[in-house]
Amino acid sequence: MADVLLSVEGLTRRFDVSKPWLNRVIEREERQFLTASENVSFEIKRGETFALVGESGSGKSTIAKMIVGLLEPSAGVIRFDGQQMDFASGAAMRTLRRRFQMIFQDPFASLNPRWRVEDIIAEPIRTFGLLRGAEISKEVGRLLDLVGLSAADGAKFPHEFSGGQRQRIAIARALSSKPEFIVCDEPTSALDVSVQAQILNLMRDLQDEFGLTYLLISHDLSVVRHMANRIGVLYLGRLVEVAESKRLFTDPQHPYTRMLLDAVPDLALSGRRRMPVTGEIPNPINPPSGCTFHPRCPKVMDICKASNPPDYPTSTGTAACHLLAPQEVASTGR
Amino acid sequence: MAAPLLSVRDLIVEFPTRRGTLRALDRVSFDIAEGEVLGMVGESGAGKSLTGAAIIGLLEPPGRIAGGEIWLRGERIDNLPREKMRRVRGRRIGMVFQDPLTSLNPLYTVAEQLIETIRTHMDLSEKEARARAVGLLDRVGIPAAARRIDDYPHHFSGGMRQRVVIALALAAEPELVIADEPTTALDVSVQAQIIDVLKEICAERGASVMLITHDMGVIAETADRVAVLYAGRLAEIGPVRDVIQAAEHPYTAGLMGSIPTLTQTAERLTQIPGSMPRLNAIPQGCAFNPRCPKVFERCYRDQPNLIARADGRHVSCWLYDAQEKEVSHG
Ligand SMILES: Nc1ncnc2c1ncn2[C@@H]1O[C@H](COP(=O)(O)OP(=O)(O)OP(=O)(O)O)[C@@H](O)[C@H]1O
Ligand SMILES: Nc1ncnc2c1ncn2[C@@H]1O[C@H](COP(=O)(O)OP(=O)(O)OP(=O)(O)O)[C@@H](O)[C@H]1O
Ligand code: SF4
Ligand SMILES: [Mg+2]
Ligand SMILES: [Mg+2]
Repeated sequence: MADVLLSVEGLTRRFDVSKPWLNRVIEREERQFLTASENVSFEIKRGETFALVGESGSGKSTIAKMIVGLLEPSAGVIRFDGQQMDFASGAAMRTLRRRFQMIFQDPFASLNPRWRVEDIIAEPIRTFGLLRGAEISKEVGRLLDLVGLSAADGAKFPHEFSGGQRQRIAIARALSSKPEFIVCDEPTSALDVSVQAQILNLMRDLQDEFGLTYLLISHDLSVVRHMANRIGVLYLGRLVEVAESKRLFTDPQHPYTRMLLDAVPDLALSGRRRMPVTGEIPNPINPPSGCTFHPRCPKVMDICKASNPPDYPTSTGTAACHLLAPQEVASTGR
Repeated sequence: MAAPLLSVRDLIVEFPTRRGTLRALDRVSFDIAEGEVLGMVGESGAGKSLTGAAIIGLLEPPGRIAGGEIWLRGERIDNLPREKMRRVRGRRIGMVFQDPLTSLNPLYTVAEQLIETIRTHMDLSEKEARARAVGLLDRVGIPAAARRIDDYPHHFSGGMRQRVVIALALAAEPELVIADEPTTALDVSVQAQIIDVLKEICAERGASVMLITHDMGVIAETADRVAVLYAGRLAEIGPVRDVIQAAEHPYTAGLMGSIPTLTQTAERLTQIPGSMPRLNAIPQGCAFNPRCPKVFERCYRDQPNLIARADGRHVSCWLYDAQEKEVSHG
């Protein structure tokens, strides 16, 4: 089970956010780029759930879109089951595309309102020519049943369903091409907690039944804690820490991870004292020098302003923070 | 016991429609004591915002108060003439909404908006009002407030804007602040800061807070008591710790179990089957009866009222009715 299904290496995406040419000339401005993902590397093993967490704008969706082929990387390599994804080759992408699917945050926007539910679910089956005729409607009925709806719901339109039911339809659709890998971008953020619990339980059951591999994207640390085996923490497009789920929550290594954990309201009413959170995410167009977290970091040292920390190994992963440097390096930084 | 600051009694809000009248709030009753933070939770559509809107007299037509009373420090405010209600709003009750842009006018600087609000409600000169505005911004944690006060709202980040809105809501020293999802649009790290600021300043000035949110974690850390709404009815109300750690209403219990936490290790989350009914399909009897794991015959017949429990708790569930004692515990 330990083999790697997906790996990304040095994944980088820059967006050109310059003003129009004429404005630039008049205002004497340079071209401006926003680096939404910078040199991101991680691996996802077959059958596991790997989660990316981070605040709004940290680059979660950008990475998800590159992985499923909706957005071309500026640099870096994505390998699926050992095979490098080649954006230039349409045919190769198509065979790969069938093996993974994506579920989006907004179940209202991601389902075509003019299509019947059965056609929405059958679309991947038809696109990839997996089944034909009566077999398709039988399969759609089976999928609806699997996600807790009924075959009769296939004849209805998306607006006839609640948010949670629509997300079930999106999941049924994602499962219809029998993918091995599903990228879930904030699958429950638009839902109430009681509905969220239904969807998260369903995702788990399906994983157990079909051995699915998930990339789960969320800003909700408790959801991630509940679902993931391993977690990557993003800050301004950089992966600042990767660790096994349990370890990340009991022993965070990066000060940003610690800050995120501290910010989560405590339902257990343990009277845990929180470290006050300071500052906000800086402007990604002009990120701070060195470690981009340094303006908010309670443990900032001189070296943090000057140089971008490399990934240092931790007990179950890596963390990019100068505090983790071997002793002599850290002491020169003080 | 001192009289409560706010008292809501059997509040009914209805929407007349072509296909009959929808009852969106059904006999909701609760008090907010002086200096208290009351949390109000519930799923989307439960009626949280409507409750807030009814209190401040901002129900959007055709929605209307069809029954009940609202009292603010012994004065009835649900039937005040418009002009009088406008004075209560802003002066005695401040508001913070989810989207800071609904409370801020993009065309005016923060200074202009704060000063206008202050001067509408308080007898201060332009200069005094400005000084007060700078002090408020400083208090809510806007760095270099004296300089930034002349910026426009869009010059601020989302979290900073929400601080400005809090400053605006507190400008006239209201007795009650109604905050409707004040942090839902913000990142977790910023959320914690905003909640801290809101709580601190209200405590400092002795203002009570009605905090509307669907985030139980925020309530747990902020509120003294919590009210749980379900389908326009109050399911349970009581001290935060009691309700969170030992929910009595089957809906609250299910809700608490369905929230993943940072410390639990459960494989599966508790799941409440189905979803909250729409207003035109609320079942007879208890509104929760189709989803309730403890439902019994009486629940299909009669609608439960709030039943007083120990320690100031109230729950509307037939399991706790004196007559049902043997049924529920036998
Ligand atoms: N097409 C684009 N053009 C310019 N900038 C973009 C584009 N898409 C994303 N960005 C920027 O890239 C950064 C990362 O965006 P992304 O959507 O990946 O964030 P996210 O982590 O998914 O945030 P959220 O939690 O809000 O969904 C943001 O600063 C965003 O404004
Ligand atoms: N103009 C209207 N006409 C008919 N029904 C309405 C109208 N406005 C609100 N409602 C209904 O009143 C109920 C309560 O709405 P309210 O906005 O108070 O919910 P809420 O608890 O604040 O939910 P959310 O968490 O989504 O903000 C909902 O079922 C809503 O559909
Ligand atoms: S009254 Fe009956 S149906 Fe309603 S919550 Fe109590 S036990 Fe369940
Ligand atoms: Mg996103
Ligand atoms: Mg609302």
